[in-house]
Amino acid sequence: MSRLRRKTPADELRPRRGPDSPIVELHDVTKVYPGGHVALERVSMAISRGEFVFLVGPTGCGKSTLIKLLIRDLDPTEGAVMIAGRDVAKLPDKKIPHLRRNIGTVFQDFKLLANRTVYDNVAYALQVIGASRAEIREKVPETLRLVGLQSKVHSYPDQLSGGEQQRVSIARAFVNHPPLLLADEPSGNLDPVTSIGIMQLLYRINRTGTTVLVVTHDREMVDKMRRRVIELYEGRVVRDEVGGGYTEESTTEFGMRMRAEMGVGVEGHTNGGVDDF
Amino acid sequence: MGRIGFFIKEGFRALRRNAAPSVAATVTTAITILVLGVLLPVFFFTQRTSEGVREQLAVKVFLYDDATKQEIGALRQRIRGLEHVRSVAFVSKAEALEILKDRLKDPGVLRELNTNPLPASFTVKPDDAANLTAVRRELTPPGPDGRPKPISGIVQNVVDAQETANPIEEVTSKLKIVLILLTVLLVIASVLLIGNTIRLSIYARRREVEVMRLVGATRWFVRWPFMIEGVLVGIMGGAVAILLLWLGKLIVVDPLADSFTLIKAQTDTDLAFPVLVAVLAASSTLVSAIGSGFTLRRFLRV
Repeated sequence: MSRLRRKTPADELRPRRGPDSPIVELHDVTKVYPGGHVALERVSMAISRGEFVFLVGPTGCGKSTLIKLLIRDLDPTEGAVMIAGRDVAKLPDKKIPHLRRNIGTVFQDFKLLANRTVYDNVAYALQVIGASRAEIREKVPETLRLVGLQSKVHSYPDQLSGGEQQRVSIARAFVNHPPLLLADEPSGNLDPVTSIGIMQLLYRINRTGTTVLVVTHDREMVDKMRRRVIELYEGRVVRDEVGGGYTEESTTEFGMRMRAEMGVGVEGHTNGGVDDF
Repeated sequence: MGRIGFFIKEGFRALRRNAAPSVAATVTTAITILVLGVLLPVFFFTQRTSEGVREQLAVKVFLYDDATKQEIGALRQRIRGLEHVRSVAFVSKAEALEILKDRLKDPGVLRELNTNPLPASFTVKPDDAANLTAVRRELTPPGPDGRPKPISGIVQNVVDAQETANPIEEVTSKLKIVLILLTVLLVIASVLLIGNTIRLSIYARRREVEVMRLVGATRWFVRWPFMIEGVLVGIMGGAVAILLLWLGKLIVVDPLADSFTLIKAQTDTDLAFPVLVAVLAASSTLVSAIGSGFTLRRFLRV
């Protein structure tokens, strides 16, 4: 166990086919569940490094299946799922943990460990991949500062609000600085104001160079974000368009615009101690 | 180092949160190890007793009084050359009388005898008790008429203790089978109960396992804490059993050993207590490792 060499994220997801190859590629991916339900049908897409992409669609359209395919929780029935130019299905089982170390995942239900503090929840992600104590001591507070929870370090998840819990889960997903972050309905359980805060946080993470893929069923919000949107409907891609011209706005500008568009006042903000990137 | 510390800490954490099934498994393991701790010395003792009986098993070859030294020497060589013969000892007429004198409470009886009526004999020991019959058959191969006939003219009679050996062999081998069966059943019960404990622990910590998978823990990284939890259960059960055995030795066996040579002989020579403790500790660890490993393989999909 201890001989296991730790690879840096850059090491693992180094592109095989040149620096401009997409970080996520799907080629005619079809997923049929046992029993015959077709979750995805000939889905193709490509997401470049550093993009901020929304994946939308009604419940049951195959969004969660897609996430599971990306982290190889499931294998596609047909087609190829490529992460950083590598066919995920061809990874040997032993390599799956390494794939997952390079993809941060955030879920609607947070998946926090109730019997551990905020700090321990975030540190857990590093302990699991064998990080040194020094590394944990350096990275955990830094990441908790990034998500604005430096004052809640010793709280337990049930002492936090939904938005704060989601921040912890984002911190856990990001503490290892993965090149790709997947967020499955990150604001599904949260009120609009808190949702904007979470989106703002994800945007901030995106501005550090991490590719972010946000899955949501909230089409209205997505339209206002003006980012690239891929829409799934009954397992097929029905829309893939790049929203115009906002890729260079700062996190603060982003937050302000979002609040304005959603009709929410600044007083409702939930970002503790946010420094802009 | 930090990693091993992490696993052990996680193992203990799981043990605390999973207390009820852990206690059940610990108690079962303790009982198993306790029974094993009693059975092992008993097993060794019966083994040694039956070996002692085997040791005494021999074929007696009685000779005619008119056998010459050369004839006797030749027969000794011949018997030595037979298969399955471990040793051949010659007992002369005079020696036979001495032995008889020793056994008699009143050697005066023999003074009434003018001559020595006892024959000289060979004591032939087989290499294994099971080969006693074979050796006897070699000494008295079937003659032309099909009836057993001694291999030499100077042989008066051939006698073996087969009749006494058989029941002893039977009893010890049956006792062994019963003891082994009992131990096997108890070991299976312990393995299953430890497995069950680990299964419940996996269920109780399925969220943790899920999170571990998501952040990219390797298969064995997920497994180790469960493995350690199971082995801790085994070690605790083993420790309880060893403590009870030690108390039993101190309170029951040791005082008795002073008054009963049988117990003393057995506790002293066969299986020293530290060796027994080591064997029991090792088997409790092994049993729990097997129990948890088996369950992890079946129920922990990583």
